[in-house]
Amino acid sequence: MTRYLLPLGIFILLASFLAIGLNLDPREVPSPFVGKQAPPLDLPRLYNADRITSNDLKGKVWILNVWASWCVSCRAEHPVLNEYAATSDVTLVGLNYKDTDVDAKRWLASLGNPYHLIAVDRNGDTGIEWGVYGVPETFVIDRNGVVIYKHIGPIDEGVLNDKIKPLISELETRS
Amino acid sequence: MISIFKRSISRSRWIIALVIPALLWSTLAWSAIESREFDDPIHEARYYNLIKKLRCLVCQNQNLADSNADLARDLRNKAYDMINAGRSDAEIADFMVDRYGEFVLYDPPLDFHTLFLWGAPFLFGLIGGLVFFNLVRKRKSDRETVVSQQDLDNARNLLTRDD
Repeated sequence: MTRYLLPLGIFILLASFLAIGLNLDPREVPSPFVGKQAPPLDLPRLYNADRITSNDLKGKVWILNVWASWCVSCRAEHPVLNEYAATSDVTLVGLNYKDTDVDAKRWLASLGNPYHLIAVDRNGDTGIEWGVYGVPETFVIDRNGVVIYKHIGPIDEGVLNDKIKPLISELETRS
Repeated sequence: MISIFKRSISRSRWIIALVIPALLWSTLAWSAIESREFDDPIHEARYYNLIKKLRCLVCQNQNLADSNADLARDLRNKAYDMINAGRSDAEIADFMVDRYGEFVLYDPPLDFHTLFLWGAPFLFGLIGGLVFFNLVRKRKSDRETVVSQQDLDNARNLLTRDD
């Protein structure tokens, strides 16, 4: 009996490791920023002549959403953001990544603009500072400027309702 | 006539033998990355060594040197600028790790949470060695079964019996 138990045990161990491996999403690279101070932000804005800096957002719970008009998944994500912006007063900042102003404005005109502010990262330098590698990406930043959560890929209803909404209300009650 | 035909076959074989590798080679040439100019050959060597060791986050199973992705090109530019600005390899690697995590390094560093990753080959080798050693010892002990004196005598009797 015991001589069958050992191979069976090894098999179960191996199978469970492989099952875990299959269910991991290799795109979800853990962000080194979670729990740390967010990288600085100092960029021109899309619709205004002035700039947007990290200091403007001090003391607020805010969301940074990285998007581009060339990004297909951003299109899928956009209705979710529109709906969220309409029902919540959280500061939603857009980071327009490696795009042109004309394309970005046209995109927002046809799909709607959920953002309070839009920072323009023309050459992608700020994207590198923030460790962006797969647009769209979304960061949640607390009042002290610490990154609390990062989502890679489009936000869907599930992520919004299960992760982002509860997190925002928790952070907003925290002083 | 036949000989001409044969010659044309052998010639077309030659052409195929030359053309196919050339075609394959052209895709290699096409996927090659942008050329860089360096003031210092040491910088050049460091640059090409570095972009081989850094992972392209978009394609994941390619390094920065092999990748055509937009981000890979941006990060190559970054590495190039940093080398020319006199930053060390360690500083550039730290810069990447700070922003993209340890995943950007092709060789994960040996620390506590990668201990199993680095230790596993030795562990499995050890387990395999022990299993092998046990099997060999068991075989050997099987072969050295003790035969009782009576069995030996019986066998000898059988062999020496006159028919």
